[in-house]
Amino acid sequence: MNEAILLAHGSGGKLSHDLVEKIFLPLLTNPMLARLDDSAVFEAPGRLAFTTDSYVVQPIFFPGGDIGKLAVCGTVNDLSMNGASPLYLSLSAIIEEGFLIAELERIVRSIKAAAEEAGVSIITGDTKVVNKGQADKLFINTSGIGIIPSGIDISGANARAGDKVILSGTIGDHGMAIMSQREGLRFETPLKSDCASLNKLVAQMLEVSPDIHCLRDPTRGGLATTLNEFARQSRVGIVIEEDKIPVAEGVRAACELLGLDPIYVANEGKLVAVVAPGDAAKIVAKMKQNKHGRKAAIIGEVTAEHPGRVTMKTKLGPSRVIDMLSGELLPRIC
Amino acid sequence: MKFIDEYQNSELAGKLAQRIATHTTGQIRLMEFCGGHTHAIMRYGIRQLVPPTVEMRSGPGCPVCVTATGDIDRAIALARLPGVIITTFGDIVRVPGSHSSLQQAKAEGGDIRIVYSARDALEIARANPGKSVIFISIGFETTAPTIAAAIIKAKREGLENFYVLSLLKLTPLAIRAILEMGEVKLDGIIGPGHVCVITGSRPYEFIARDYKIGCVISGFEPLDILLSIDKLVEQVESGTPKVEIAYRRGVKPEGNEKARELIEKVFEPDSAVWRGIGNVPQSGLKVNREYRHFDADSAFPVPPHPAKEHKGCRCGDILRGVALPLECKLFGKVCTPERPVGPCMVSSEGPCAAYYQHGAGDE
Repeated sequence: MNEAILLAHGSGGKLSHDLVEKIFLPLLTNPMLARLDDSAVFEAPGRLAFTTDSYVVQPIFFPGGDIGKLAVCGTVNDLSMNGASPLYLSLSAIIEEGFLIAELERIVRSIKAAAEEAGVSIITGDTKVVNKGQADKLFINTSGIGIIPSGIDISGANARAGDKVILSGTIGDHGMAIMSQREGLRFETPLKSDCASLNKLVAQMLEVSPDIHCLRDPTRGGLATTLNEFARQSRVGIVIEEDKIPVAEGVRAACELLGLDPIYVANEGKLVAVVAPGDAAKIVAKMKQNKHGRKAAIIGEVTAEHPGRVTMKTKLGPSRVIDMLSGELLPRIC
Repeated sequence: MKFIDEYQNSELAGKLAQRIATHTTGQIRLMEFCGGHTHAIMRYGIRQLVPPTVEMRSGPGCPVCVTATGDIDRAIALARLPGVIITTFGDIVRVPGSHSSLQQAKAEGGDIRIVYSARDALEIARANPGKSVIFISIGFETTAPTIAAAIIKAKREGLENFYVLSLLKLTPLAIRAILEMGEVKLDGIIGPGHVCVITGSRPYEFIARDYKIGCVISGFEPLDILLSIDKLVEQVESGTPKVEIAYRRGVKPEGNEKARELIEKVFEPDSAVWRGIGNVPQSGLKVNREYRHFDADSAFPVPPHPAKEHKGCRCGDILRGVALPLECKLFGKVCTPERPVGPCMVSSEGPCAAYYQHGAGDE
């Protein structure tokens, strides 16, 4: 099946309806979406969290996921990082003329699987088709709404001296999986993206203690950037130990080869939490029961000294300051 | 043996550091040739591990950094020609030229594409037969064989629209130029590990013979570097400067002959301008007569213009080991990785970027 998307698929006419009714609706259907009104209507109690993100990853299929799965997990995770239980997502696709319908269907199937796994519904959506060359195959935007249970106040500004820093697992998997697929760098590797929805992991952590201070998923910019954001927002220092940070063997090898530091490499299924010292061990124990938290570890702590600064005790012993990622991650030339 | 942990072992590192401390009797100053070395030194805190009597200076071993402003200007001029696609490695597009940068030229409508290798540039040439695809090639002996291979492939395929602007450079002559200037007294050099995989250690023998200082070819893991420092300290203390390989798993004295044959097949030595060092005869690689068709210089001659250097930028001094990044007044204030004034702050192998990224500015 080599049928391609035509500009007419975005015209709003018959082909547009076909696309929605043959591909999106059957896979993603639910009563709210099926009404096909101009907006989805629903009731929601209490405090809501609302977020949006656009996905332009290239290549669109990568080991461990694809742009569709990423678009669901990314937005689910953004909601979860404020302690919200994700409820509903919107889905907007900008498709390049000539994109294969079979590939689109494969991505919508992956969206369906990811949404089911996270327990969210896609209740409104849109498709547009642009001329060849005006988009790179497929861009997706998702927005999400979630409910924040009462008594939960999670923010990057809540870290306090003495708190412990928890990391949910190995770092750098997503970024290196993507890089291994890029033109010119393609290398044989068992690396897979860690792309995953973390809402259930967060719910389990909140069961242990609703008093989680900070929570964030270290996506672009990696672990180093997230920790710097916490240190600056909370006006505290953070000290971590390189030895305690889990890095998969393949990711380490690929990073060494290309001259990259895994603490700056992107993740799509990991979180960093800052919690009260008395809660840390219990939370880590609980996280280890979830498949997305099996390698969870306490990697450092929050200090009153050097507000705004993150320091890492290196494997060799000396400490160094860890800055945010600046510029782009590029492989070495020499 | 996983080939990573073994070279990052803290116990061994501690022992080596201890040995270095007990062996040094006076102040010694070493130059690490490669930007990759500077990065590892900063990343693992090696400056704090070795005694304060061992001073480390960066050298010219960062391909982006040593690219002269005039050559950046030439690349920008090529990018402004109609029907041209410029392809190059990512870092170079951010380096400021006299009045603009490739990044700026791209925003103004120039077709400039970042690639990871010369092969990607070939692919772009195949896909765009109506355009002239110019690969701005920077790098040392490490990169040159891959570019030579791309040019040979282009010739074999009859690819008429592929060109290379060769800014490739040969490292031994840059070291000689720095030692010849004698501005900074060096007691030893940590030699370029990756370059020596290709060249072998022999082209560096002159360092010990003519200048009576040691050169230890080093890998890029922390233990490689500590071992190299240890060997250099030993040479200084015993008064026996020589060229040694502390990177046996990568470097053989004779290097990689096949890779050098590729270079010789396509290129010939020519003078090259190094940032900070100036014009060094025979230290560049130019596309030879047989492959002249692929030479961007011949196909698209650009009239030379005097280059304008940014006032206050000390990249040149830093690349000669005369100054440390922290001694530049612009460091971390006017010049940051987000708004770089000089290439040493741009490149991921640049000494200023290494100091900045690893927090030396906060010390």
